[in-house]
Amino acid sequence: MEGNSFIQVVPLEYFIILCSVLFCLGVLGVLVRKNAIIILGCVELMLNSVNLLLAAFSSYKGDGNGQILVFFIMVVAAAEVAVGLAIIAMMYRNTKSVDISIFNKLRG
Amino acid sequence: MEQILFLFVALVAITGAVYFVFARNPLYAILSLIVVMFSIAGLYILLNAQFLGIVQIIVYAGAIMVLFLYILMMLNLSKEDESKKQNLMKFAGVFSAGLLLISILGAFRGFKVQAVAENVDSSVGLTKNLGRLLFNEYVLPFELASILIFAGIVGAVLIGKKDL
Amino acid sequence: MENLVYAIILLPLLGFLINGLFGKNLPKMVVGTLATLVVFVSFCITVSLFLKFDAESQPVIVRAFEWFRISGIQINFGFQIDQLSLMMMMIITGIGSLIHLYSIGYMSHDKGFYKFFTYLNLFIFSMLLLVMGSNYLILFIGWEGVGLCSYLLIGFWYTNKEYGAAARKAFIMNRIGDLGMIIGIFMIASQTNAVDFLSVAENSSKFALDSPIIIFITGSLFIGAMGKSAQIPLFTWLPDAMAGPTPVSALIHAATMVTAGIYLVVRSNFLFSLAPTTMDGILFIGLLTALVAAFIGLRQNDIKKVLAYSTVSQLGFMFVAVGIGAYTTAMFHLMTHAFFKALLFLGSGSVIHAMSDEQDMRLMGGLKKKIPITHITFLIGTLAISGFPFLSGMISKDEILTNAYGKNPIIWVILFAIAAMTAIYMFRAYYLTFHGEFRGTAEQEKHLHESPKTMTIPLIILAGLSVVGGFINLPHFIGHGNYSKLAHWLESIYVYDVELPEVAFGTEMILLGLTVLMFFVVWFIVKNIYVTKKKMALPDEKYSGWERLSNKKLFLDELYNATFVRFIEGLGVGGNMFDKGILNKFSDFIGIGAEDSGRAAKRLQNGNVENYVLIMSLAIGIILIVNFILQ
Repeated sequence: MEGNSFIQVVPLEYFIILCSVLFCLGVLGVLVRKNAIIILGCVELMLNSVNLLLAAFSSYKGDGNGQILVFFIMVVAAAEVAVGLAIIAMMYRNTKSVDISIFNKLRG
Repeated sequence: MEQILFLFVALVAITGAVYFVFARNPLYAILSLIVVMFSIAGLYILLNAQFLGIVQIIVYAGAIMVLFLYILMMLNLSKEDESKKQNLMKFAGVFSAGLLLISILGAFRGFKVQAVAENVDSSVGLTKNLGRLLFNEYVLPFELASILIFAGIVGAVLIGKKDL
Repeated sequence: MENLVYAIILLPLLGFLINGLFGKNLPKMVVGTLATLVVFVSFCITVSLFLKFDAESQPVIVRAFEWFRISGIQINFGFQIDQLSLMMMMIITGIGSLIHLYSIGYMSHDKGFYKFFTYLNLFIFSMLLLVMGSNYLILFIGWEGVGLCSYLLIGFWYTNKEYGAAARKAFIMNRIGDLGMIIGIFMIASQTNAVDFLSVAENSSKFALDSPIIIFITGSLFIGAMGKSAQIPLFTWLPDAMAGPTPVSALIHAATMVTAGIYLVVRSNFLFSLAPTTMDGILFIGLLTALVAAFIGLRQNDIKKVLAYSTVSQLGFMFVAVGIGAYTTAMFHLMTHAFFKALLFLGSGSVIHAMSDEQDMRLMGGLKKKIPITHITFLIGTLAISGFPFLSGMISKDEILTNAYGKNPIIWVILFAIAAMTAIYMFRAYYLTFHGEFRGTAEQEKHLHESPKTMTIPLIILAGLSVVGGFINLPHFIGHGNYSKLAHWLESIYVYDVELPEVAFGTEMILLGLTVLMFFVVWFIVKNIYVTKKKMALPDEKYSGWERLSNKKLFLDELYNATFVRFIEGLGVGGNMFDKGILNKFSDFIGIGAEDSGRAAKRLQNGNVENYVLIMSLAIGIILIVNFILQ
């Protein structure tokens, strides 16, 4: 089957490098950006990179458990985004802005 | 042949991600994120994880990203006037992300290139097999996941109400 | 027999409890009579015990209960009745009951009447405990008890700050001596594995003669005696103790408490006889004390202070006798001194009472017609102490002088001079008080009256005792089997035979004659100065030369103050500075340190979400790197 040949041709390291880059890009985005929605998007990016890596491991090993885990991660991510965006909408409604730097009232 | 394919799709994903992280206009950012989602779905297909690929497109690109766009439109943030962040913070952010990348890639030290196993069962990603696994061993997490989604729905609706 | 012993010691305790708890609500007559009665009954019981005893009787040990055991030593709470303790008990209860009777009259106007008798009864109880105890620990309990009562009674009129200070001084000086005593008792316990007198006496033979250990033990015990019996250097508390009421001075500081030191040394004769070096030390200190005190007494103008210094001087005499090894002589002088010193103090109290609380002799005079009984008894006391032939004082003092001559003629010369000084200051006091013209105010003259019977009866009884008391130990040249009764009585107390130096009969007669001659010469001279020539004692500022030294007590109090007191106070100030400056700062430092570190940590939480995320990711990165490095 074709999958077989793909696995034999593309070494697993490529996937690891790709996913690490995507993950760190997500981290960078969380640290650098100020828009709350974009930050949430960066979190999604991180999750996706992890999903990809898990699926790659699962395929290269021939074990189905990895892909099941990816499935569940997707479920959780979906729920999380829904709630998160509702919160952001609330933020906007109260302060007319989604800039996270104005939310610093919990200071010591 | 497969290597070239892989390289192409990977490059598209990285480019999309870079543009997403650095775009000024949030609308363009979300759009490029959708591109990333699609390319990742492509990689799933390449890995013969068919079910995951389709679910990625349906759930992520189709539902989650659309939700993002909805909220973006509602808040009318098409034009971004993001306040200037301090240079120090930006530098610190780049530094820490770079640190993370280096440390993760440092795992490659002492890595022995392994021969690919010959008899890998590549039918693992097929829907039938995945379904069998899901409903035999993971039936409890499956049910709990449905409750989780339900909680998410209730929570989102409750938070988003106009008058609490 | 045992019940009698318990009764003797518990009756005063009973009086103390009843008067202490209920005395406030009882009428004065009841309080006074009860207190006097318990002591008098104790006296009667003691006399009955005495009659059962003779010189050969064995000591009777009454064991009340086992007190405690420690490292193999069993210590009992018990009483030892033997010739020595019987003698002391009779003195204590006898003179004690007389003074109780006297106090009924003397303190009748005082608001703290019942309190006074409470303390007096407690004192009698403690003193009896001291002399009746069968081991050193019980002796020490009584020792501390009389120290406490001394403090309570000296500072009886506590509203006066000076009196309180005098009481504290007495207690503290006593305490210094007590340290020596405790060390001595501990050494005895560790060396002989026993603390009761009979066992220690048995085990004492294991000490080598004049070995360092026995010198140390006896030296420590003597330090305790020094504090209690007011020898140099711990004697300055006794003159100040005159701040207390006169019956207190009579009982505690003349007849009983100050004699506790002598009793201790005589009781421990089996230890002291083995340490000739300590005996020499005792001799020297006793001599020095007697000399210094007599010198100071020459120019004191408060009638009670003269008697106080006289007490210190006479105690010095007793310690000289002990130091020579003549224990019986010391006890003999203790007894006669108790008689005439108590008499003199009570007499002076009667004078003070008549003079409406005036104590300065320069403001008295011509009292002999106004208060005759007091006058006669005081005269008898003065004659006794100065050495009028055949009075008790002369016989006991002469015995000391004779023994001193046998030891070393120089000691005799010094004692002779001291005896002369004794006669001088006593007669001076007598003449200034009773003869000449009345120098007080008209107000005082109106109130001059003889004291009530409760006060004069004890005076008369004591005067009688001062006259005949000497006959119990006449020197042996009197002959006819009437001599040395006391020495014979106390023989069984002494464990080791002490070789008293023999003085030839002829020499003894010459010495006796010299002493009697000196007495009459001094009497004549002093009478001449104060009565015939009517020379007056000067006010304090006019003194100069030796008189000034004498009047100012040789500046000893000032010396003690400048050295010891300032030193201890300095330590206190230093300790205060250390506590406030260093210890406080240290604890403050910890508190401030906690505060500052909290403030620094607070800066981490500035509420910026980006900050928090940044720190989180940095931390993860660092952890990963550290992980890699460690691998």
